[in-house]
Amino acid sequence: MAKARVKVPKTAKAGEIITIKTLIRHKMESGNRKDKKTGKLIPRHIIDKFTAKYNGEKFFWADWEGGVSANPYCSFTCKVDKSGEFEFIWHDEKGEEYTAKAKITVA
Amino acid sequence: MSRKVSMNGRGRKRAAVVASLLLAAGLAGYGASSAMACDACKGKYEVDGRKSGYLFATKETQSIQDDDFINPGMLWVEKGRELWTKVEGEAGKSCASCHGEPESLRGVYPVYPKYDPKTEKLINIEQRINRCRTEQMKAKPWKWESEPLLAMTTLIGYVSRGLPMNVKIDGPAKPFFEKGKEFYFKRRGQLDMACKHCHYDFAGRYIRADLLSEGRGGGAFPAYRLKWQKIGSLHRRFKGCNKQIRAEPYKPGSDEYVNLELFVKWRSRGLPVEVPAVRR
Repeated sequence: MAKARVKVPKTAKAGEIITIKTLIRHKMESGNRKDKKTGKLIPRHIIDKFTAKYNGEKFFWADWEGGVSANPYCSFTCKVDKSGEFEFIWHDEKGEEYTAKAKITVA
Repeated sequence: MSRKVSMNGRGRKRAAVVASLLLAAGLAGYGASSAMACDACKGKYEVDGRKSGYLFATKETQSIQDDDFINPGMLWVEKGRELWTKVEGEAGKSCASCHGEPESLRGVYPVYPKYDPKTEKLINIEQRINRCRTEQMKAKPWKWESEPLLAMTTLIGYVSRGLPMNVKIDGPAKPFFEKGKEFYFKRRGQLDMACKHCHYDFAGRYIRADLLSEGRGGGAFPAYRLKWQKIGSLHRRFKGCNKQIRAEPYKPGSDEYVNLELFVKWRSRGLPVEVPAVRR
């Protein structure tokens, strides 16, 4: 039940550096916790790859490991030259992908 | 293209831990509240000398609460909105069928728990939601601390954000208030401590690396605790406190905790509703 939220400015000037904020709802189970009732390890289940694309071009990406908190927040900056669409992809270890899109108009 | 990364995962937690350790080293034994928070935001969170837990949180934690986008508790608000219009139960109703927009319930959160003539005891928000479900919607009540109940409680708290806490403690609620007060001052557990020992006598001082708050969490819960990595109810916090003094905790939703909730919310009177607050 992952749910993504992104915050991208609607407009920007050409060459401006903008800040992008992203947050996704995910339990990010580290694989080190034990089930209190059974005493067994809860299998690891995390988002291991985050990718940001602009007009289809991959420009920012990160590999996440077990130490990242639940509901991970990630913010980064980028310089925009022309109008277009951002696409954010969170890749889950179990192969699931969550995506979010945001448009920006560059004047 | 230039890029810069700031991650709010482990790094954030480690930063908070380091910050609190540094503070602990520098200020242990002194009233440390002066080190907390900017003066401008203090006004909102301090009423007649009563301080919200916000002022006992680190700057890093405060900044997560201040920004609605970063605040992970907002995810539960959104979830609550989804559930608001979901039709469930035999009556074929959703919350929206009777109440319209969630905003129509602004002002409900600060006055609970209150006396309920039907059961002749106190009823809090969670129990009130479940009563709506069983009586109006003819649906199954949600379990305590379950996702949907937390989400709905968070939503109802959220729409009252900024309003001052204002519970009634006179009239029929008085005996329950007295019971809650008794609970607060009664020693319990292997450590033989009462709530008041930490949150009344030693508020603003350190217990190991943790800064003790005044225990005025009435307007904050359900709050997102970084330790829990999710939203949790006030009763879950009570349970945690009871466990820490090695006492057998009561069940969430038990009469004892609802009475205590009234007392704690009265202690928070005048403080703004902060749901979903963020705490360490």
